[in-house]
Amino acid sequence: MSFATSSAGHAKAFITARVLTGARRFPVRVYVAAFFMAFFLIAAIEPKLLQTHDPLMLSLTSPLKAPSLTHWLGTDQSGRDLYSRIVAGTGHSLSIGLGATALSLALALILGVTAGLSGGWIDNVLSRLFDALFALPTLFLALLFVSLLGTSVPTLVIAVGLGTSPGYARMVRVQVLSVKATSYVEAARALGHSPRRILFKHILPNAISPLATMFTLGVGQAIIWASGLSFLGLGVAPPSSEWGALLNAGRNYVIYAWWLEVMPGIAIAALALSVTVVGQYVQQRLEGRIELP
Amino acid sequence: MNVTYPAASFRQNATPPAASVPLLGVQNLNVSFGPAHSRRDVVKSVSFTVEKGRCVAIVGESGSGKSVTARTLVGLTGARSHVQADRLTFQGKSIDHLGDTEWRALRGKGIGFVLQDALVSLDPLRPVGKEIGEALTVHRAIRTGAELTERVLELLKLVGVPEPAVKARQLPHELSGGQRQRALIATAIALDPALLIADEPTTALDVTIQAQILDLLSETRERGKAVILISHNLAVVSQMADEVIVMRHGEIVEHGSSEQIFGNPRHDYTRSLLKAIPSVQSRGSRLSSYKAPRFISAERDVTKALAQSDIAQRSRPLLEAEGLVKRFRGPDGKLRTVVNDVSFRLGHGETLGIVGESGSGKTTVARMALALERPDLGEVTLEGALWTAATEKERRQRRSDISVIYQDPLSSFDPRWSIERVIDDALARRRGDPLDRASRRSEVSELLDLVGLSSSFRNRRPLELSGGQRQRVAIARAIAPRPKIIVCDEPVAALDVSIQAQILDLLGDLKSHLRVSYLFISHDLGVVHHLSDRVLVMNHGVAVEAGAADDVFLRPRQPYTRKLVAAVPQLRFQAA
Repeated sequence: MSFATSSAGHAKAFITARVLTGARRFPVRVYVAAFFMAFFLIAAIEPKLLQTHDPLMLSLTSPLKAPSLTHWLGTDQSGRDLYSRIVAGTGHSLSIGLGATALSLALALILGVTAGLSGGWIDNVLSRLFDALFALPTLFLALLFVSLLGTSVPTLVIAVGLGTSPGYARMVRVQVLSVKATSYVEAARALGHSPRRILFKHILPNAISPLATMFTLGVGQAIIWASGLSFLGLGVAPPSSEWGALLNAGRNYVIYAWWLEVMPGIAIAALALSVTVVGQYVQQRLEGRIELP
Repeated sequence: MNVTYPAASFRQNATPPAASVPLLGVQNLNVSFGPAHSRRDVVKSVSFTVEKGRCVAIVGESGSGKSVTARTLVGLTGARSHVQADRLTFQGKSIDHLGDTEWRALRGKGIGFVLQDALVSLDPLRPVGKEIGEALTVHRAIRTGAELTERVLELLKLVGVPEPAVKARQLPHELSGGQRQRALIATAIALDPALLIADEPTTALDVTIQAQILDLLSETRERGKAVILISHNLAVVSQMADEVIVMRHGEIVEHGSSEQIFGNPRHDYTRSLLKAIPSVQSRGSRLSSYKAPRFISAERDVTKALAQSDIAQRSRPLLEAEGLVKRFRGPDGKLRTVVNDVSFRLGHGETLGIVGESGSGKTTVARMALALERPDLGEVTLEGALWTAATEKERRQRRSDISVIYQDPLSSFDPRWSIERVIDDALARRRGDPLDRASRRSEVSELLDLVGLSSSFRNRRPLELSGGQRQRVAIARAIAPRPKIIVCDEPVAALDVSIQAQILDLLGDLKSHLRVSYLFISHDLGVVHHLSDRVLVMNHGVAVEAGAADDVFLRPRQPYTRKLVAAVPQLRFQAA
């Protein structure tokens, strides 16, 4: 009996050692990030699987309870389970983050590539437009769209997407310009390849690949912007538990119940970080670049 | 003197240098990098001494450990290094295990260090005069403004920078390459250090400027200072050094006086290095022991076919440039004539060398020959047909007739592409029936084989290859479309002598086997002379002199050519 236990213990220790030493296939941070991403994905698609309570169920007997075994992350002023509310709000936050970033980058790509490739007056006009928009604070642009379109999830997506795109567009343009000037593009020209082939085989892939990292960083940023708008009361309205709305609701009680602010904040940070870490890792693998220590 | 003593106690007992103690003593120096379990030895048991007023040169290929050895002497090997020596003394004091503060006190004051690339070594946002001034103030040699300014100007004058008062106020990028390098030397000699270490001080410079820098280093030595010169240019070394240390793979393979090393080299490696230098004497002979590539039968057929069509076409030139003029608008908005009325002809199977210093317009000529740049006046014709005057669309089909090899192969490859894809991409431009997937694959292997690389390289990325391997891949790409002309723009400028020798041999082999013509551009007269049939000398955009290679280099008629040829350092002490 004792023999069996110890061998099981050894096996466990061996596996842990393999995970922690050089024998592993992925770095530890990727495992951690992937775990969080999987958690948030499940929470977004099927929140009921992960919830311990009904996120909308009020309980007048247990308001502002600190984190415990029954309420993992505590409860809010109405006795609702914070953990379940965060899980319920994941879908909103994640879809706003992905949607806004996708919209922002799509716009940035179209305009940035057009500006970078065409040059001349088209480039001048577009560049000045990017500069002008970039000079306005993102939050200001987003507020403008929210005030024009009203508050809802699609509005948040559009507001944050449009608000963040000028910065990306400028980056895309510079990328295209710098790739256009490389000697491998010239080498392709010298070989007699057509401009279309050069565009699709060299310029676009090389101009876009840094954007993959920007995308993953952007998702985190967009979530934070959206949360910011919700925090200002311009995002998704209560009783929805979008993370920014949670922060907004908890701010009045922060002196008595720190978890109302800290836990949604950690959720925002964890999602933004895990998307970034996994994104960067995937990009490194795809590019076959040697990883720097 | 094989005594090992603990460095710390030695420092305490440091005695004033006796006459017999050398200025610098290095005994059994070992340097390694990386963590304990995967330590890489970069310098292995190196010992030498440097006396006052002497110049010791360290030569070797990149990766031989010569730069690391030099950096050890100023404590700049970095945090990940592990330095160990039985004895490391400067002016009789141990400089082993010095702390940061102690190193700072020694650097500049006791030992001056000149780095290779002046542009990156000088602060881009600081006037040159301030930079030199800092060298003086850091060690509290001079504090007051007027005295400092005076000393800075004195130093700039000493290193031969024209108009010191103006240049002192300019930023590094406003100075020419030679002036920058001289300003950097000025910072190194500002405090008159007893030992000056110069790491490849002339590598990026033109021959005439190189000659000036070497004169400057000679003067320093004549003033009783010691110089450690690190270079891969053996001719430079033979001009300067009293003693030569030949390093390879971190070890000293040969150490002796210049006369002995150059006149009577004992080690095979030293001999191969000497043989690798392209020059007048080396014409027509091989520079490396690298074997001629195995040629496949298909390529031979092409050779024959080309040879036959040759005879019919030999009468007219392959590429003809007539009165090329190119102007560019400078940053000040003024038009600058970069190429002014340059004409040349390139025949079948011929090599035309274009030689000139940086800024002479030779690369612009190459780009016009490739029709990547449109001349403002004049035109280039390819096989008697319009070339630069044609539209890009018309040219595209014929671009496979003329390909290019760049100085920096790495930047000419898409960083995301494997070697196979790079070559395959060029194969797609070969004229005739498109090749199917399988035959393209085998063709890639054959091309790699032809340039002396194994098929295992096909899946690697450019970043993973060495400089020489990358240039081989660039050559494979250039010959893949079966061009009639290859434009080589400084193809060996970034390579070590021995690798350069292999690449030049490969280009020579390909020329005779494939019957291609080369338009060969280089600032290195020896390289051009080695490979070219005819030569065009350019200066400030003008073709100064043209003719057969031997005529131009051995019997130059124009003063500029004479000056250029005279500035090339010659190997001294060489056995006949």
